Order: sequence, then C-alpha cells, then structure tokens
Amino acid sequence: MHFTSFLQNGVLTIALNGEIDHHRARGYIEKIGAKIDTYTPDECVLDFSEVTFTDSSGIAVVINSMRRMAQIEGKLSMTGLGEQPMRVFRASGIDKLVQIREVV
Amino acid sequence: MKFENYMTLEFPSKSANEAFARSAVACFAAQMDPTLEELGDIRTAVSEAVTNCIVHAYPDTLGKVAVRLRLLDEDWVEIQVKDWGVGIPDVDKAREPLFTTGNEERSGMGFTIMESFTDSIRVRSKVGKGTTVVLRKQIAHRPALSR
Repeated sequence: MHFTSFLQNGVLTIALNGEIDHHRARGYIEKIGAKIDTYTPDECVLDFSEVTFTDSSGIAVVINSMRRMAQIEGKLSMTGLGEQPMRVFRASGIDKLVQIREVV
Repeated sequence: MKFENYMTLEFPSKSANEAFARSAVACFAAQMDPTLEELGDIRTAVSEAVTNCIVHAYPDTLGKVAVRLRLLDEDWVEIQVKDWGVGIPDVDKAREPLFTTGNEERSGMGFTIMESFTDSIRVRSKVGKGTTVVLRKQIAHRPALSR
C-alpha cells in the first residue's frame, strides 16, 4: 500500500486507495500518522477518490487521523467520497464531525 | 419464505479472508440482479459480521468462520455468519453505537453499520459456545430490466 501525498500552503493532501477493512486498517492509520508527523500541516485532507470500499474500519481510520491532527491543533477534512464510503460515513455520523470538501 | 438457492463458505479467522468473504457473497448474490448500491450494502454488512468473528470471537486463536448465503423468494437474501468462539456476554451492549472491546483500530460501529445496511438482524450468542448473526435484506428489482 503506497499513498501519494502533497503539501501546499500548509494543507497536506493524502490520496488513499484500495479497500479499507480491518485487515488493512492498521496500515492506513500508521501511514497517515507518519505523514502528519513528518509535515505537521495546518490541515490534512484525506482524498478517497481511489478508495473502492470501506467498512467501519474506515471510520476508525478517520477518527485516528482526526485525533492526530487535533494534537497539533490542525484540522482534518475528506474529499472524493464515492457512494459506498459515503453511505458508511453517513450511517456513522462521522460526516458531521469532519468537513467534506468538494473535489478540487 | 421459500428457499431458492444457497451457498456456504468456511474459512479460518484470518483477517486476509475478509475481502474474500465479502466478494464471494456479493458474486453469488449478483444472480438476484441487485443494484450496485444493494451489492455494496451486502458487501459492507458481510465485512462487518466477518470482522467481528476475527477480532472478537477468536481474540487469541484462529477458529472456524462459516458464512451461508440463502436466496429466498420475493427477492430476499439471508446472510448467516457463524463462529464457535468466545461468545458475547451482553448482546444489547455490543450492539450499542461506539461500544467496542477492541483497540484503536476499531470504531464500535460494526453492528450499527449492519443494521443500517440491511432490513433485519438477529444475533444469537452463548458465552463459550459462539455467535450466529443472521442478516436479511430485500432486493428491489432494477428498473427497466425484465427478469
């Protein structure tokens, strides 16, 4: 699993990909955490455009990323959510805690 | 409900099997001609149920997980996920949103997702014996397609 990321004006965008489930959740959490620690951005945007599936493990990934950003007084947002991930995030209410940006 | 077709899967509680289980169930359910959204719902619910077996039923060991999918008349699918693990002491508590006995990789939303993505859920569990989750979902006909 390899995530592309770029930093622009203090905003770190991380492009996630593949299927997020319990089997892969730890990898996602660690990779995102390492990138946040490296770049300490003001805002981190998780780009889900290439994510084809997520279950509740994706909620844990988002919550962990949110905590990580809160520790450095930054904020987290999401973008590029396909239909299936969006349904999971809506059912959990996480879409109300994290800002969802339009695809740039 | 009259039974029309079925399949069963059996595999050890390795997390690598989560993707296999949800894909295999979705493949078999495809003969009901569901919408992409319905197939996504089935994949998601199966993923949650199977993950529960892997994380909670067999916390320190590998055990058997059995998934049975039945296609019933009137376009119902019934998914049964069964384990012979530690069991759930308090099923009502386990079904509460955000409740989890798992670590930081778990969100405590597994049962909530299963509930919102299917039409009914039944959980039977006995401590020391195992747990069976039965999910049912009705498939709507895809518009403008005759079957």
